[in-house]
Amino acid sequence: MEGTALLGRLIWRAAEVVELRPETSQTKTITFDVPGWPGHRAGQHVDVRLTAEDGYQAERSYSIASAADGSRIELTVERLEDGEVSPYLADELRAGDVIELRGPVGGYFVWNAHAQGTVLLVAGGSGIAPLMAMARQRAGESSGIPTRLLYSARTWDDVIYRDELAELAARGDGFEPMYTLTRAQPPDWEGYGCRVDTELLGEVAPDPSELAVAFVCGPTPFVEAVANGLVELGNAPSRIKTERFGPTGG
Amino acid sequence: MPISRGFRGRRRDDAPSDRVPPGQYVADDFPVLSAGPTPRNPLDEWDLTVTGEVDGLKRWTWDEFCALPTESVTVDIHCVTKWSKLDSQWEGVSVDTLLDGVDTSAEYAVAFCDGGYTTNLPLEDLTGGKAWIAFAYDGEPLDPEHGGPARLLVPHLYFWKSAKWVRGLRLTPTDEPGFWEQNGYHIYGDPWKEQRYWGD
Amino acid sequence: MDALMLDGNAAAGLLQEIFGSEMTTAVGTCDGCGTAGEVGGVRLYRGAGLAFRCPHCGDVLMKIVVAGERVWIDFRGLRTLQLNG
Repeated sequence: MEGTALLGRLIWRAAEVVELRPETSQTKTITFDVPGWPGHRAGQHVDVRLTAEDGYQAERSYSIASAADGSRIELTVERLEDGEVSPYLADELRAGDVIELRGPVGGYFVWNAHAQGTVLLVAGGSGIAPLMAMARQRAGESSGIPTRLLYSARTWDDVIYRDELAELAARGDGFEPMYTLTRAQPPDWEGYGCRVDTELLGEVAPDPSELAVAFVCGPTPFVEAVANGLVELGNAPSRIKTERFGPTGG
Repeated sequence: MPISRGFRGRRRDDAPSDRVPPGQYVADDFPVLSAGPTPRNPLDEWDLTVTGEVDGLKRWTWDEFCALPTESVTVDIHCVTKWSKLDSQWEGVSVDTLLDGVDTSAEYAVAFCDGGYTTNLPLEDLTGGKAWIAFAYDGEPLDPEHGGPARLLVPHLYFWKSAKWVRGLRLTPTDEPGFWEQNGYHIYGDPWKEQRYWGD
Repeated sequence: MDALMLDGNAAAGLLQEIFGSEMTTAVGTCDGCGTAGEVGGVRLYRGAGLAFRCPHCGDVLMKIVVAGERVWIDFRGLRTLQLNG
C-alpha cells in the first residue's frame, strides 16, 4: 500500500469540532473528531462541504496539518476576507459543531518515509499546513531523513506553528527550518528577507544530486516561482511535487 | 444532508426573483473560471474572423475592430456553476455588425478562441441584438482573466457560451458541439429552462 | 504564469469518488506530446467542468463534468493511463 491510499468508496463523513486554536491573526487550527476516520498520510487533504439551510452547498479542499492520530485531524484555515468558506470555518464554527468532510485523498503529495537523500519543503504562507504534517510525522517516526524547510511568510507574526517548528529543530535530528520574511523583519533578524527566487533556492536547496524530493505548497504564483527555480537549478521536474492553492483559495 | 449551522454562503438575498433563473444564486463578485491558461498575445497579432459557410473570409485587425460601431449594454449573466451577476456593464461590437452583408446558408456557428476553446450556438442566437464581441467591462478594458482583449457575450445563454479570448466565428450548416458541449454540457444552454447538462 | 492553475492532486477527492480508488499516483501519457507523469502533477483548470492539461505541452488530457450522479469523462488526450494498484 505504499503507493496508494486506502481503497474503497469515498464517503462524506460527519466531523465534529473538538477545539479551535488561533495560530496567527489570520489563521486558526481546527481539530475535528471524525468517527470512522481511516487514518491518513502526511500531505494528504480532505474535501470540506458546507450546506446552508436552503440546500446551497460550497466545497473546498484543505490540507491536513496533523500527523495521523486516531480519529482526530487538524486543519489550519487562513481567513480570506472575500472568501466564502474560510471566514465561516475561522469565525463561525464553535466546538460541538458538525460539518461534512471526505478523505483522506491524494497519494501524490505525500511524505515518503524511505526517501534517499535530503527532502526539501518549501511553504508559502498557509501552504505550511501539509508540510507541517510531514514534519510532525517525521518526528513521530523518529525519522532521521535530512529535511530542510524554507518557509516564506509576510512577517514573523504570520509564521504559523512558530514555536513547534523551533522545538522540532531543537531535537537535532536533521530537521532544519529556514525563514524568509517578505514584508517586514524583526530588528535582529538573521533569516532571509526577500521573496523566494532562484538565487535564494540556490542557497537553501540541497544539490540536485542530493535532493530526494521537494514538496512545494502555497498560492499558485508562489509555487510556480519555486518550481521553476528548482528546475532552473538542475532538479528533475519529477522530483518536485507541488500543491497549488489557486489565486487565493476560498 | 446535514446543515452547517449558520452557513449561508456569499450570496445576496435581496435579488428580484424574476431575474434569477432556477437553481441560480446572485453573486456580487465576478468569479473567474477557465478551462486553460490565460493567453497573453500582443494586440498586433490579434484578429477576428468570420469563416466557414461564407463567401470569402471576413477579417478585422484589432485597430479595424476598434473602429467598428460599439454598443454599451447592461445585462444579467448566468454561470452554469450557479452564480448569476445582475446588471453587468459591457461595451462591445454587436455580432449583427460583424455579420452585416454576410450571405450564408449556415444556421449555426462555432466560436473559436485563443487556447483552443470552442462553443457552439444557433446563428439566430447571435443575431438580432442578442450577442456582442465585448472588449470592455465595467468601464475598463476587459481583463485577460475575464477574456480580454475580447470575449463573446451572449447573456441569454449560460455563460460558458460567452467564450473568452474569442478570435472568430465559424458558420456551420449543422450544430457542432464545442469544448464542453461534447462532454456533458447542454448543446443549447438556456438558463431559464435550466439546460445545464445533456438530457436537461 | 497563471494564478488559476491547480494541480491534478486538487481533484483527488473527485477522482477517487469516480474511479473508486486513489488516482493521483496513476501515470498518464499525453497523446499530444508523449510526456508521461502522475495525474496528481498535471495542470488542473476549473471552468464549467474540470480540464486536466499536460504540464509539458498544454494539451487537454482529460475533461470531467459532474452532474449529481452523472459524470462525463473525455479521455481523448490520454494515450494511456497506468494504474499502480
